[in-house]
Amino acid sequence: MELFTNQVLAGISTGAIYACMALAVVMIYQAIDHLNFAQGEMAMFSTFISWQLMQWGVPYWVSFIVTLAFSFVAGIAIERVLFKPLAKAPILTNVAGFIALYSIVNSCAGLIWDFTIKQYPTPFGSSPFLGSQLISTHQAGMIGVTLLMLLFLFVFFRYTRIGLAMRAAASVPESARLVGVNTSWMIALGWGMAAAIGSVAGMMIAPVVFLEPNMMLGVLIYGFAAAVLGGLTSPLGAVVGGFLVGIFENLVGTYIPGVGNELKLPIALALIVTVLVVKPAGLFGRPIVKRV
Amino acid sequence: MSAAEEIVAEGQAVEAVPKRAMTLGTGTSLLVLAVLLLVPLVVKNFIIFQLTMLLIYGVAVLALNILTGGSGQFSLGQSAFYAIGAYTSAILMETFNVNYALTLPVAGIVCFAVGFLFGLPALRLSGVYLALATFALATAMPQLLKLGYFEPWTGGVQGLVVDKPDAPFGLPISQDMWLYYFTLVITIAIYVASINLLRSRSGRAFMAIRDNEIAASSMGVNVALYKTLAFGVSAGITGVAGALGAIAVQFVAPDSYTITLAIALFLGMVVGGVGWLPGSFVGSAFIIFVPNMAESVSKGLSGAVFGVLLFLVIFLIPHGARQLAIVGQQLAGRLRR
Repeated sequence: MELFTNQVLAGISTGAIYACMALAVVMIYQAIDHLNFAQGEMAMFSTFISWQLMQWGVPYWVSFIVTLAFSFVAGIAIERVLFKPLAKAPILTNVAGFIALYSIVNSCAGLIWDFTIKQYPTPFGSSPFLGSQLISTHQAGMIGVTLLMLLFLFVFFRYTRIGLAMRAAASVPESARLVGVNTSWMIALGWGMAAAIGSVAGMMIAPVVFLEPNMMLGVLIYGFAAAVLGGLTSPLGAVVGGFLVGIFENLVGTYIPGVGNELKLPIALALIVTVLVVKPAGLFGRPIVKRV
Repeated sequence: MSAAEEIVAEGQAVEAVPKRAMTLGTGTSLLVLAVLLLVPLVVKNFIIFQLTMLLIYGVAVLALNILTGGSGQFSLGQSAFYAIGAYTSAILMETFNVNYALTLPVAGIVCFAVGFLFGLPALRLSGVYLALATFALATAMPQLLKLGYFEPWTGGVQGLVVDKPDAPFGLPISQDMWLYYFTLVITIAIYVASINLLRSRSGRAFMAIRDNEIAASSMGVNVALYKTLAFGVSAGITGVAGALGAIAVQFVAPDSYTITLAIALFLGMVVGGVGWLPGSFVGSAFIIFVPNMAESVSKGLSGAVFGVLLFLVIFLIPHGARQLAIVGQQLAGRLRR
C-alpha cells in the first residue's frame, strides 16, 4: 500500500508537467479548434530565451517575466503573420502550417544554442518537500504554479469582460461579431496566452528533463494525452487529465512488468487512442454535436 | 447557443481534386518513363543510389497521397508503417534467409494488416484528432522497436545490417544499377495499380467519402469499410516502400524511422500536390535533395529550410507541383498557338 501511495504521489508531481502543457494545448484549441503541433517547440524556444537571459546575468524572476512577455508577443505575431491568412484554408493546410512551424523552431533552436544538454535552474530549490523523499520542493512548486495558472484562467474566463468575449468568439463567432467582439483579435490573444502558458510550462519542466531542443517531444505527446483525457474544451479537465496521466504512467510502470521508461511514448499513444475511441469528448469536455 | 445549433459549414479536410487531374497524360508518362530508364546508364553509382531512394520515397508519398488525396484522411504516422515494412523485410532476410524480392509482398501484407487494424479506432476520429493519433504513433514507433522483447529479431538499438543483392542471371551491371531497375519495376507496378484503384469502384467510394461523408453514406457507400481500407492500402504500400528502403540502405535501426521521416513524407505530399499522384515523385525529389543542399550550407539547417519552404508552398502554390504543372501546360499551349 505504501508503494501505491508513493507512486501516486510521484505521479502527481510528473503529472504537473503534463498539466502545464495540456493547459497550453487546450488554450489554443479553444481559440482556433486546432491542435498546435508546434506548441512544445514554442515552449522550448521560450525556455531557451530565459536560459540565455540568465546566462547574461539577469536574475531568475526578471527573466521569467521577460520570457513570459516575449512569448505572449511572439504568439500573437505568429498568429497575425502566419496563421491568420490560413483561417479559411482546409484542415490539411493548417496541419501543414503547424508542422512547418515545428520544424523551423526546432531547427532554429538547434542552430542558435546547439543540441547539447543544458542545466536549467529552479527557483524553488530541490531539497525534499516537507521531509518527504518522493516530492522535491521544485515539484511542489511546479504543482503550485500549475494550480495558480488554472485559477488565473478560471478568473479570467469567468469574471473579466475580455475573457467573456474570448469565450463568445470561440463558441459562436457570428453572434460575437454582431455584438461587437473583435473575433479576429480574440484568436490572436488566444495564441498569445497559449504561448505564454507554454513558456511557463517549459521553464517549469526544464529543470526536470534538462534543456535541449528535443526536450518537449515526449512532454507534448503526454500533454496531448492529458488534454484529450480531460476533454479538449476544458482547462480544468486539462489539469485533472495531466495529473491522472502522470499517476497512470507511474502506476503502469510500477505494476506491469517490463514497462519501464522505454515504453513511455507507446503508453501515451495507447492512452490517446483509447480515450478518443471510448469517450471522444474526454472527462470534462462537452460533446460536439454536428448539424447535418 | 448550444453547439448543436451551429451550422457546420466547413467540414472539408482536403480540397477536392478532379479524377482526371490525378494523373499525367500518356505522352508525358512515356517520356518520363524513358528518362527514368536511360538516366542510370550515364550517371555515377552514388546518383543511381539517390535516384533509387527517390523512387522509394516517391512510393511512400504516393501511399500517403492515396490516403489523404483519395479518401481525405490524415496521417502524420507514415514513418511507423515504413518502419514496420523495413523491419519485416530485414528480419525475413537476415533471420530466415528469405530472398529479398519475396520479402516485399510479405512486408506489404503485414503493413496492410497493421494499417487496417490502426484504421479501426481511427475510424471514429477525423481531421485533427486523426492527425494527433497518427502523430503519437510515429513518435512511439522508435521506442517500440527498441523494446527488449523483440531484441533477438530486431537487434535492439543497434538495428540490423542487410546484404545488398547482386544482379541475377549474371547480368553485367552493378548492384546499384540492378537495385535501381528492380525498384523502378516495382514503382511502376504500384503507380499503375494505384491509378487503377482510384479509378475503380473503391476509388470512387474513397473520393465520395473525402468530398462529403454524409452524402456518401446515404448513397450506400460503406464509410467504415472504405476508410479502414484506405488506411490499410496506404500502410501496405508504405510497407513495400519501407522494405525497398531497407534493401537499398542495407541497414535498419529504430532511429532512422522517427517523426522526422513522417514529417518529410507529409511535406513531400504537400509539395507534390495533394491528390496528384505524379506529384508524389516531385515531392520525394524535394525531400531528398533539399536537406542535402541545406546541410551543405550549415548543419541542422534542413529543418528550418523545410519549414520555410513548406510555408512558401502553402501561401504561394497551395496545390503544390500540380499547380506548377498546370501553369506550365497553359504556357506551352499559348506558345504553340
